[in-house]
Amino acid sequence: MDLDPTDEQQSIVDVFGDLAQRTVPLDRLRDHEPVGFAPEMWEQLIAVGAPGMALPESMGGADATLLDLALAVEALGRRLAPAPLIEHAVTARLLARADALPTEVVDGTRIATLALRPARGGMARLVPAGAVATTVVAFHGTDLVVLDGEPGVHVANLASAPLADRDLTGARVLASGARAEQLHTEAVDEWRTLTASALAGLGLGSLEIGVRYVTEREQFGVPIGSFQALQHTLADVSVALDGAQLLARKAAWAHDSGHADAAVLGAMAFLFAAEQAQRASDRALHFHGGYGFMEEYDIQLFYRRAKGWANVLDEPAREYARLADLRYGPIPAAAG
Amino acid sequence: MDFTPSATAEQFGDEVRTLLASVFTDERRQHAHDTGTMHDWELHRAMADQGWIRQALPEALGGGGRGPEELAVLFRELELAGAPYDGMSICTMVASVLAHAGNEMQQREILPELLSGESLIALGYSEPDAGSDVAAARTRAVRDGDGWRIDGQKIFTSLAEESEWIFLLTRTNLDVPKHRGLTFFLVPTSAPGFELQPIRTLSGKRTNMTFYDGVQVGDEWRVGEVDGGWQVMLVALSFERGVAGGVRDAERLLAVAEAHARDAVDDDDRPLLEQPARRDALARLAIDTEVADLLTSRAAWVAASGKLPGIEGAASKLFATEAFQRSVNRLVDVAGPAGLVQAHDVSDLSAFYEYCYRFAPVTTIYGGTSEIQRNLVAQRGLGLPRGN
Repeated sequence: MDLDPTDEQQSIVDVFGDLAQRTVPLDRLRDHEPVGFAPEMWEQLIAVGAPGMALPESMGGADATLLDLALAVEALGRRLAPAPLIEHAVTARLLARADALPTEVVDGTRIATLALRPARGGMARLVPAGAVATTVVAFHGTDLVVLDGEPGVHVANLASAPLADRDLTGARVLASGARAEQLHTEAVDEWRTLTASALAGLGLGSLEIGVRYVTEREQFGVPIGSFQALQHTLADVSVALDGAQLLARKAAWAHDSGHADAAVLGAMAFLFAAEQAQRASDRALHFHGGYGFMEEYDIQLFYRRAKGWANVLDEPAREYARLADLRYGPIPAAAG
Repeated sequence: MDFTPSATAEQFGDEVRTLLASVFTDERRQHAHDTGTMHDWELHRAMADQGWIRQALPEALGGGGRGPEELAVLFRELELAGAPYDGMSICTMVASVLAHAGNEMQQREILPELLSGESLIALGYSEPDAGSDVAAARTRAVRDGDGWRIDGQKIFTSLAEESEWIFLLTRTNLDVPKHRGLTFFLVPTSAPGFELQPIRTLSGKRTNMTFYDGVQVGDEWRVGEVDGGWQVMLVALSFERGVAGGVRDAERLLAVAEAHARDAVDDDDRPLLEQPARRDALARLAIDTEVADLLTSRAAWVAASGKLPGIEGAASKLFATEAFQRSVNRLVDVAGPAGLVQAHDVSDLSAFYEYCYRFAPVTTIYGGTSEIQRNLVAQRGLGLPRGN
């Protein structure tokens, strides 16, 4: 057991944190709303080789692990970086496994994404990064299909995320049947694991803002952070976020090490990080009092994304049911 | 970063399970349940024979051989087996203090008794008016000739009925701030003037009130400096290293609840494991258990790297016990009326929820309340200013 990042892992945290901070600091994030995509952020990610970092070297990647990617998106999530690295990376890895990886996806000149839920009637709804991606992979009927085409029309949403519906007309079949399902499931599992890290980062970013605010803000002649009502809530938030961060990292590590329970850990990490990121941003907002409700204060940016980044996958209740299915097997259909 | 448990810890876990299987039998478990004791002498002495008490001491103090990760494994296995281990953890902790700060007599006569598993010691910290504010202790120790005379009262002196001595926190100075007027003593429970009175608790476990009425002890029974009790207390806390048990109740509940749900059926003969509400509660508990395990592993890992896991230990205890309470409440609800039924036989898993519901409240109280842990995380972890 060694919970310290290696020097190399620490440099990933530092590089991606600095990059996000430098390219689109929080106070400029609103310039990129409502779509939630900053072309200069994507350019910077291309410059450090992020879009293809976790692809095999033989395909032009850097052979980075899922844990390396998790550390990168945790650092980006902490600063709400407006660029779809998670969607792009898991889709690129899927295309690599399907032997259909274009070089433009490796280097990031073409943004790729994944419809997380099966498409219906030729339409993939609310596709994350669908408003900026020119390559979309979707599960449709019994096929896994890939569509190359112009980005979709942005759908206004809570998180100011680049969501769009995508019409799959003209999509090519990548795989069918069990193979298609397996490729899609693996990619969504990786998405859960990485999004868990991004959400843990978002929660930690919220906590940082909350702690700073209650330390500076005075009421009744003292910093409000000296009141136990606030201290105890922030302590609970902090402990849970430490757990969320550890669990997300462990899930990525388990995936890299080929552990049988990697998918279960990813599902757990996702659910826990989603709840804790929401609570952290919600409580930090609340402790701002009326200021937290003002558009001008940054904490609202976290509060909206905490819910948006998670619920784009599915209803949480169904994710808990899915976790139970993974652990205990599905509920047999009632007889008769 | 590597989440693999060390091979030595894994192997030690096997050893502990093997010993538990042979010594802590179903009859012993039933006996512990029936009597409410927090101690099992056979198990304790078997563990001492293996050298586990001695090995739990820091190497510099003549112990060694078992790092914090292995200690965490030891207490994990004891907790998951439902074995009473309080005697073991208190013994290990006080032995560490005596090895560190004890005088020649204490190291010659008392320490070996603790290490060999021959005798137990109980903690005399809490008083009726000094719980979380433990430094407010009022039990007085006053110079009397060459020795001391002790008068006062302690509460929750668990295992005093099995112990040779009490590790007693007393007030020796009224003229200084409260933390600076405390002194520790070892008080033989055979001393004239010592008395105890049992306290029954909600979970059926027994603890005690202890009374000290003019108890005379020689100066050689003092541990640490006069008025230096708080330093001794900090040493004692540091030896707990965040790994001395109390963080696996949720994990045990999960294991029992899953085993029960796999085997039992509802009124319509459907397996309990097919009930959506139960599956939801178990899924949430499984997540909490994983998080609690990681936070506990982190505390052990910090200790293994030679640092004091003060905040990490607090985080682990806080999360694990709060999660346990949440889960117990959910699972009792899921069980409905059946969850209210008590059973004499401990192998009847259906009654475990009812027992846990009675046991759960104490977990966020003893070993430092959740509020004390939150103060620590908020002020020392997050750097928030102390209130007034």
